[in-house]
Amino acid sequence: MATKKRTVEVELSTTGLDAQGRPRRTPLVATENGQALALEAPPGIEHELEGEHMLINIGPQHPATHGVLRLVLELDGETVVRCIPHVGYLHCGFEKTGEYRQYSQIIPWTDREDYLNAPGNNVAYALGVERLFGLEITERCKVLRVMAAELSRIISHLVWMGTTCIDIGAFTPFLWLFQERERVYLLLESWCGARLTTSVTRVGGMIADIPDGWTEGLRHFVQTFPNTLDEVDAMLTRNAIWVGRTIGLGAMSPEESVNYGLSGPLLRAAGVDYDVRKDFPYLDYETYDFDVPVGSTGDVYDRYLIRLEEMRQSVRILDQALKRLPDGPVNIDDPRVILPPKSKATSDMESMIHHFKVVMEGPRPPIGEVYVPVESPKGEKGYYMVSDGTAKPVRWRIRPPSYVNLSAIPKMVEGHLLSDVITINASIDIVMGEIDR
Amino acid sequence: MGLSPRPQSTPVHQGGDEPWVATRLDFLVNWSRANSLWPMPFGTACCAIEYMATAAAKFDLARFGMERQSFSPRQADVLICAGRVPFKLAPVLRRIWQQMPQPKWAIAMGACASTGNMFDNYAVVQGIDCIIPVDVYVPGCPPRPEGLMYGIMMLQEKVMRERAADVSLRNEMTPDPTSKLYIPPSLIDEISEPFGNSVHQQRSGL
Amino acid sequence: MSDGFKPVAVGGALPAGTAAPATPRNVPYQGGAMSPSVESLRARFGPSIVRADVVWGETTVVVDRARVLEVITFLHDDPSERYDYLSDVTAVEYRDIERAMEVVWHLRSLPYRRFLRVKVLLEKGGPLEVPSVWGVYKSADWLERECFDMFGIAFTGHPDLRRILMWEDYKEGYPLRKDFPLRGRFSRSEQLRQALAANPEARYSMEELSIVDAFTDLPADVRQRLAAGETTGE
Repeated sequence: MATKKRTVEVELSTTGLDAQGRPRRTPLVATENGQALALEAPPGIEHELEGEHMLINIGPQHPATHGVLRLVLELDGETVVRCIPHVGYLHCGFEKTGEYRQYSQIIPWTDREDYLNAPGNNVAYALGVERLFGLEITERCKVLRVMAAELSRIISHLVWMGTTCIDIGAFTPFLWLFQERERVYLLLESWCGARLTTSVTRVGGMIADIPDGWTEGLRHFVQTFPNTLDEVDAMLTRNAIWVGRTIGLGAMSPEESVNYGLSGPLLRAAGVDYDVRKDFPYLDYETYDFDVPVGSTGDVYDRYLIRLEEMRQSVRILDQALKRLPDGPVNIDDPRVILPPKSKATSDMESMIHHFKVVMEGPRPPIGEVYVPVESPKGEKGYYMVSDGTAKPVRWRIRPPSYVNLSAIPKMVEGHLLSDVITINASIDIVMGEIDR
Repeated sequence: MGLSPRPQSTPVHQGGDEPWVATRLDFLVNWSRANSLWPMPFGTACCAIEYMATAAAKFDLARFGMERQSFSPRQADVLICAGRVPFKLAPVLRRIWQQMPQPKWAIAMGACASTGNMFDNYAVVQGIDCIIPVDVYVPGCPPRPEGLMYGIMMLQEKVMRERAADVSLRNEMTPDPTSKLYIPPSLIDEISEPFGNSVHQQRSGL
Repeated sequence: MSDGFKPVAVGGALPAGTAAPATPRNVPYQGGAMSPSVESLRARFGPSIVRADVVWGETTVVVDRARVLEVITFLHDDPSERYDYLSDVTAVEYRDIERAMEVVWHLRSLPYRRFLRVKVLLEKGGPLEVPSVWGVYKSADWLERECFDMFGIAFTGHPDLRRILMWEDYKEGYPLRKDFPLRGRFSRSEQLRQALAANPEARYSMEELSIVDAFTDLPADVRQRLAAGETTGE
């Protein structure tokens, strides 16, 4: 039987957005020698079901919801008409418990809330508490905190990228990027003893000074990490599948994004140049030389490019921080907040009393309230703390960037396909620990 | 492994009256089960990230037979609960457990799944053994990948010690109301009232 | 990505020679510079601005509850204020039971690079009600729902005020209130029983069920209730 081979070209396009910012759906058109062909219609369309919507529940247990998120979708075929998210499946009473803990006892709680960005959260919290106490930290501590925050940004984006790749279907970058995470884990573990939940800051300083050889390890990481980024870049950025699956999804206009309270890469992808490090600086970020990538369309592809570039900029900051790391003490010299060294605490009466008071009672700030925002990998993060003069805060509020970012998901997924919901959800970079607290 | 040697583990019921062939069949079945445990990662929080790191290239769960992470409970053997379980998630976890077909085991990964960890408050289940039967508890916050692997190896040993002749092994949960061990819920409340979750606690203490 | 694209810059409304932002050093406890918005607020709303303080460099304005929606709308719309970003909505209850509860809004002006905290005092014994700012800022949607869930403060005008972090018919109360014990009001076994009975993931609200109204799968009485326009939360 002779078979004639013929070439049929099919134009596939996700042709961007229409005037309302919704993706335009182009029908498949097959051409052969310039003549339009009718492709065989898929069999068995039941015409009675046309126009009726379907109710689909995703989660709370689902591999691709990045935690325990429940999405109820109204579908018209494969197109999402409405999305109703349900959160709270990881609500663990952080803010309530914070009212029953001393300021330094809350530090491990900050690790576990946005667990991908644990050192960054520790830094954010310590900055807030030090403002509440009116403390000025040492120069060395500032640079170490910048290092911790930027390493944290890198590892958070690595998880984001790895899991987003898996969601979209690319498994390999997950392994590459998690291998990079292991290298950062070695650094963090040698500094503070833990890989993930670091508790690396203390009120007025850090858990400890960096060990010998740590800067060499960081320097080696900083020099070799961009190679992995280049590999991932080469694999994904111009990949037709990746681009086809991410372009045009979940776009929001700049005004909408600001009104919805988005922050971080989502807001910057939409075109608003808001980065807390540049606009409300802390830890002398204005003295570091780095760029903030800003996107133009606000779709998933832009968010991916921004996070990739942010990792490169973090490497740049780490490089500068390594060069400028000054010598000197890490902790401030204030016995009311900082524990004395163990040798003195067991030999010198005054130090023993200070140790006792700091551990048993905890330092007491003056009456007041603060909110110091930082740029976490997810967006504007801050801890709003109200003090009534006692050792435990009256109110410990976490401003959760992922929570506010996620509240915009019904707007972002309208009109998209079911598989795009997963992609858009992944691109928001949610951490349920932070959303539900 | 650098740990002190564990006491000799003996099964509760000493066999001894089984035919040799049955023991070899047991060995075959248990060996195949232990080395092909398909995990259902019920990952909620930080332990889920360490679980992912364990499954990634450096520590690699695939060499334990856990190549295929089964997110559908219908096709899973081990429920690895990685992370804290709040009360809102409790019925979900129970439903997932009920959806898993026998033989099934559960690993409570991390301190939160084992006992509730530092989340001793209104929102968190104090250990998932309140909801599902747990075989192995892996302490840590989060446990290192080596710790999780040690827990998995413990589970494998437990599986190897199973006997098909033991009918109680695959029993599902409902407690027998006539058994002497069963305490009705109202009595639990009454007994635990003075010491329970300190309903009477009002001060901002620990 | 299109050509000729200009990102929306923060601080775009500031005059040309304004100094670049810098890390604040040695922030005074009290007596820092008050935000310029306070003057315009005082000029426009007069006695409704109960108090304005600067603590640790942050300006806090306490407003009358009756006019707070006007104040926030003014702060959003006025071209010399332009607080276009609502960072947070939350509440604070103090350990002193006589003291009023406060509802706090964190507003940020991206064009002017400013931060302002607006507060309303809710006296104990009075209604725990505050107008919702959802009409002005969409980010208030979930923030106010969480505030309601944790404190029991009703935000009038919110489109969909129901519990978000706890399940719908959570019976123990409002967790972040100071009279709510840390470990909850019921015993652990009772909490577990109630949680297992609640089973939120198996529940769909009437609104969600209306999606499948067209199918004949729903039982007759549910379809009747939907037809009668019944709605629930969740």
